[in-house]
Amino acid sequence: MRYSIFSLARHALGGHRDWEPAWRDVAPKPAYDVVIIGGGGHGLSTAHYLAKEHGITSVAVLEKGYIGSGNAGRNTTIIRSNYLLPGNNPFYEWSMKLWEGLEQDLNYNTMVSQRGVLNLFHSDGERDAAARRGNAMRMHGVDAELLDTEGVRRLVPILDFDAARFPVKGGLLQRRGGTARHDAVVWGYARAASGRGVDIVQNCEVTGLIREGGRVVGVETTRGTIRARKIGMAVAGNSSRVAAMAGLRLPIESHVLQAFVSEAIKPCIPNVITFGAGHFYISQSDKGGLVFGGDIDGYNSYAQRGNLPMVETVCEGGMALLPWIGRLRVLRSWGGIMDMTMDGSPIIDRTPIEGLYINAGWCYGGFKATPASGWCFAHLIARDEPFKVAAAYRLDRFAAGHLIDERGQGPQPNLH
Amino acid sequence: MRIPCPFCGARDLSEFTYLGDADVVRPDPTAPEAEARFFEAVYLRDNPAGPHDELWYHASGCRSWLRVTRNTVTHEILGASLVRKT
Repeated sequence: MRYSIFSLARHALGGHRDWEPAWRDVAPKPAYDVVIIGGGGHGLSTAHYLAKEHGITSVAVLEKGYIGSGNAGRNTTIIRSNYLLPGNNPFYEWSMKLWEGLEQDLNYNTMVSQRGVLNLFHSDGERDAAARRGNAMRMHGVDAELLDTEGVRRLVPILDFDAARFPVKGGLLQRRGGTARHDAVVWGYARAASGRGVDIVQNCEVTGLIREGGRVVGVETTRGTIRARKIGMAVAGNSSRVAAMAGLRLPIESHVLQAFVSEAIKPCIPNVITFGAGHFYISQSDKGGLVFGGDIDGYNSYAQRGNLPMVETVCEGGMALLPWIGRLRVLRSWGGIMDMTMDGSPIIDRTPIEGLYINAGWCYGGFKATPASGWCFAHLIARDEPFKVAAAYRLDRFAAGHLIDERGQGPQPNLH
Repeated sequence: MRIPCPFCGARDLSEFTYLGDADVVRPDPTAPEAEARFFEAVYLRDNPAGPHDELWYHASGCRSWLRVTRNTVTHEILGASLVRKT
């Protein structure tokens, strides 16, 4: 059923008692054309675009828990396309354009809010780097504005502009960036995919891959054997574990990234703000809570919870930029498991095993990539060739030397 | 998380710096398959969920490199020893 003001009014008259479930939760069939492992944002968006753009509707999305229970529910909901490198920028801009039309495409309110993403700088060197990044963005057709101190002050008067150590010298603003509602993205893609015939199977953990004659032909799961012509893995955080079932080793380490939300306060942070002298980013949810985060903890982890030293580091970054947040109490903190690749950029590619496709290595960038990741992965699975904006995200780029190292950090995953 | 440094005793995580998998060894550059072995050593990791041998540097303590066995699912430390054999 299509959601509209009329359907809302009609159900209001009935006391909202007869809404149908938004999507079908089904038992798996014995075989499909395509099986997607992982029912997060990326897996569900892949299924949606497989059905909508490529007409492939014999698709199952297998989720070991409930949909959106992994990193789709553990991020800070930021969307942006302010990347520097030519391998990254067109991809994230493709994602940004899909975000801008997502609610009409899905007929679902994903609460996309283009409130702007502002990267602050605190020194001449950082200003130069911001200007370079902004110029690179504009050469790719992406909006970017370089603001001076007064420009930032007009936008966000509440910052500590004249801090002795890190005074705010200006910022690089992408007005089209912002936030979206993470759960609604998952539910919206699930509803749209399910409506086109995709089966969403929950509590179905993949325990092995079935191979015949060198290619994969199905998966063993906790809900039985499911055969498929093509299998796509979209299990970022656990990519190494699923790849190990196929005998593959990946250029990935799993790391825990923590995020935090404060008690709700009146509106004071109008956009997404990043601190340039540390790793700290903050926005304010519609409920009023300040949502913020920083670096990964920095050691291999699958624990989905972090440790106190990084809590302290993140809060110190917040105090340096916004000293008054020391008066607030932290309501919740949580940790998600990131696939940290050796160059800090993702992988969307075929694997050396026929029939097995990989979507992995999202590092800090998974949520904002959700629409384009699904779009490009669906294109790859359907046509066996990469979509143009994801052509650089190859699995063999590490051996070939074509790295996409946005931070220039080298092969040390915990530093990206 | 506290790491039991063999020299200093149990110390807080904030005193340590992480390097990564302790089983990575630099290949022989003169071997015929050196290029492939270097690719594996630099880029590929087992990344296990469970016990993991890893290198930590006790930067704010005795400045020793430690080989720590740690469960990546629970963060439980299963053992720590000095890398340098003295």
